[in-house]
Amino acid sequence: MKKLICLTINGKEYELAVAPNMTLADLLREELLLTGTKKGCELGDCGTCTVIMNGKAVNSCLVLAVQASGKEITTVEGLETEDGLHPLQEKFIENGAIQCGFCTSGMLLSGKALLDKTPKPDELEIRTAISGNLCRCTGYQKIVESIKDASEMDPR
Amino acid sequence: MTEYHVINGRAPRLDAPAKATGRAMYVDDIKLPGMLYGALLQSPLAHANILNIDTSKARKLPGVKSVVTAEEAGMVKYGVSPARYDENVFVKDRVRYIGDEIAAVAAVDLETALEAVSLIDVEYEELPAVFTMEEAIAEGAPQIHEKYPRNIGAEVHQEFGNVEEAFAKCDVIRTDTFLNKRQDGAFLEPNGVVADYDHNGFLTLHSSTQVPHYVMRIIAMVLGIPIGKVRVKKPYVGGGFGPKAGTNSIELASTLLSMKTGKPVKMNFTREQVFLFSRARHQFKHTLTTGVKKDGTLMALTNECYLEGGAYTSFGIATVYYAGSLLGAPYRLPNMKYDGYRLYTNRPACGAQRGHGGVAARAAWEQQLDFICDELGMDPVEFRLKNSMEAGDITCNDFNTSSFGMKECIEAVRDGSKWSEKKGKMPEGKGIGIATGFFVSGAGYPIYRSETAHSTVVIKLSEDGGAAHVLTGSAEIGQGSDTAMAMIAAEALGVPLDSIRVSSGDTDYSVDLGAYSSRQTLMTGHATKSAAEDLKAQVLGVLSEKLKVPVDEMDIKNGFIVFKGETPDFGELRSIYAKEHRGFSDNPDWNEPLTFREAARIAYLTRGSMVGTGSYKPGELGGKFKGAAVGTSPAYGPSAQVVEVTVDKGTGKITIDRMTDAHDCGFAINRTSVEAQMQGSLSMGVGEAMYEEVKFDDKGKVINANLGEYKIATALDMPNVDTIIVESNEPNGPFGAKEVGEGAIMPTIPAILNALYDATGVRIQELPLTPERVFKAIQEKESKEK
Repeated sequence: MKKLICLTINGKEYELAVAPNMTLADLLREELLLTGTKKGCELGDCGTCTVIMNGKAVNSCLVLAVQASGKEITTVEGLETEDGLHPLQEKFIENGAIQCGFCTSGMLLSGKALLDKTPKPDELEIRTAISGNLCRCTGYQKIVESIKDASEMDPR
Repeated sequence: MTEYHVINGRAPRLDAPAKATGRAMYVDDIKLPGMLYGALLQSPLAHANILNIDTSKARKLPGVKSVVTAEEAGMVKYGVSPARYDENVFVKDRVRYIGDEIAAVAAVDLETALEAVSLIDVEYEELPAVFTMEEAIAEGAPQIHEKYPRNIGAEVHQEFGNVEEAFAKCDVIRTDTFLNKRQDGAFLEPNGVVADYDHNGFLTLHSSTQVPHYVMRIIAMVLGIPIGKVRVKKPYVGGGFGPKAGTNSIELASTLLSMKTGKPVKMNFTREQVFLFSRARHQFKHTLTTGVKKDGTLMALTNECYLEGGAYTSFGIATVYYAGSLLGAPYRLPNMKYDGYRLYTNRPACGAQRGHGGVAARAAWEQQLDFICDELGMDPVEFRLKNSMEAGDITCNDFNTSSFGMKECIEAVRDGSKWSEKKGKMPEGKGIGIATGFFVSGAGYPIYRSETAHSTVVIKLSEDGGAAHVLTGSAEIGQGSDTAMAMIAAEALGVPLDSIRVSSGDTDYSVDLGAYSSRQTLMTGHATKSAAEDLKAQVLGVLSEKLKVPVDEMDIKNGFIVFKGETPDFGELRSIYAKEHRGFSDNPDWNEPLTFREAARIAYLTRGSMVGTGSYKPGELGGKFKGAAVGTSPAYGPSAQVVEVTVDKGTGKITIDRMTDAHDCGFAINRTSVEAQMQGSLSMGVGEAMYEEVKFDDKGKVINANLGEYKIATALDMPNVDTIIVESNEPNGPFGAKEVGEGAIMPTIPAILNALYDATGVRIQELPLTPERVFKAIQEKESKEK
């Protein structure tokens, strides 16, 4: 039996009927084709499915779609605005913080959740904020630098 | 700066915007009309005979479209190395590890497919199993494959020089044993596929693979599809690191299911299935005996190695050779003996992982060399500089180093880390260590015996002249090869980087052996460069006819035609272009030099579509002995690292404070990507040194098949790395370039081990360096000293 939910994703309101066992990650990917949210483990270990829900970075594989009802969600597709790319996106691209790209969406959103609360984080705060987002390619250095650089840009 | 316009700088990667905005398509993002979902039935037992398989209940479940077993798949054997094809799509009468594939189902959705799998009844007769090297090789051990008594699937015996004679002349001889643990690739994207077999008998297989070319061959061979009708397409891949460099069970199963149903079939591994499929780093047990003279001259090495390989061979033949052949260098070692044994066990099959076959050997030896330095009272940096090879040196096992900036790397990390100010002067609990290593820059031979080019590349100009399209079968798996190829093409053609588009990872585009053995920058790079040069010569050839200027009096640079002598009147060509582009707002100005765009358009109007092709195959390589093919390469990338650690003696916890890394990549095509490969290599090395171990219960089941309990380095574990790029200008590389992706991991583990020894005086010869292991070793040392 499907449940009716209402939620806001990237500023757009949705009214959807979802299976009670559907995860937010699957809702985004399978129903709404927002495939920028990745699934690397479906156990909440890897952080590739990170989205921002009501200001907090969460593993969308551990959130049921029904739990997201009434919430405000930001996915990687919501970072770019009419003014262009988000400073985090710009810096990730410029600094070579992206290799295979599978962790990138989650990294960007954990980075954004951090900067929204702590606009000028130090390195340890950055590393702590992305410590739930695994990356096997980069050794994290260029990601950390990019978040730092973005924090030093004028906010959009 | 160099004479170059594009290469050797820092270019943002071509794929970065797509990946930063969520637009990049990975295999699980593909949805095709009518697509079915597949699931595998895998063995719950490590070793058992199959007495019966009953699929009738599964077939009757509504929504199930096909159920396949060995009966449908046939029994054509495959694997990686043709010398040891020992796998089938599905096992028929015996399972050999927990995870062995027995059947697959395609259904309307994944839930139904999984339910159908649970309805397949298999009757097993459990057999005694072997899980460790000791169990596997014991007399009378249960045999996993009929042809291989004591489960020795492959063995290697080599001697170069004369080890016995050399040891007789040595002043210090030491024997040490070293043990690493099985690793998992832990790439973030689980393997996935979408197989689409159409009604004309053509297969398009979308797969998260490093090697579309080899997958194409195996699929055709095993399932009997004419090879010309098999197209393997790699979308963006979320990391590979080696375990995705062979054909996997879902590539075969999904293809078979698509053939049976006439529908596209999607299959994905869960994270647990990634661990079960494995194909990642083996466990190695090395026993090394090294002899040196009083003055530190390295004389001889014997290396005995046992590899715990799992139930099938996968890359294992190459692995067992690499575990021997990647020692010796980067030092001038005249005598070396190697005995290697790869053992089958009832565990998931191991394969290749970053630094294939050489990482544990390197760790073992570089650590032992530091022990020897201690006995000699010699500084480890001095010892390494003294013995280091130089460009032009040939190793005792016939590796020919045409460029080799080993000494430069050692000096760079010595100076960069301020070694001389720190070594021996660190405070209590802190230590500093150095190690070196190297890796091949592309395997010298294809995995199957063939005269094939290792890479071909096609570059097509847009008929309007505004862009060049590089078509290659090479595999962008995150390392940045698409961008490197674009930069090489732009430089060689003489156009700006933004005029280049790259389409890659598709067997329909060209032959390319793929992303393994650190081969693409050198090999695909060569083919790309020659394709661009071919194209440039063609365009200039047309211009030469039109302008009556000899070809060698012209060049193309940065999108403009450069005339070495007097600039001819090209007004007529410009008029033609302008007439054809009436209304376009981006036409060249009348006073601008002749543009590449115009030249390319004129070339098209004269000769038709302009296509350049390039091809690469290594020249004659050294080594005529058995196994010489594993390790011979057109070039070698050396690396050196200094690591500084703090060890908490009360808890055994090691903190890595600082890493200084230098790698000789020949010539950096994209400096940012070279640094990125170095930093990534180090983080994988840190993981293996400190945390990573695939663990099993006593029935052969992986007990930490997830990324929570199998720990890789997080952002809080990795220090910032001081990366130093050394450029030695490799004669066999395109623009002098060679590898960086694997050489850089080689020194990481031993540099950590050597820093630990410097900090504490404890010798730990087993990985990973968990606090428990370190604490115990410290306790043991202290109790001995009392």
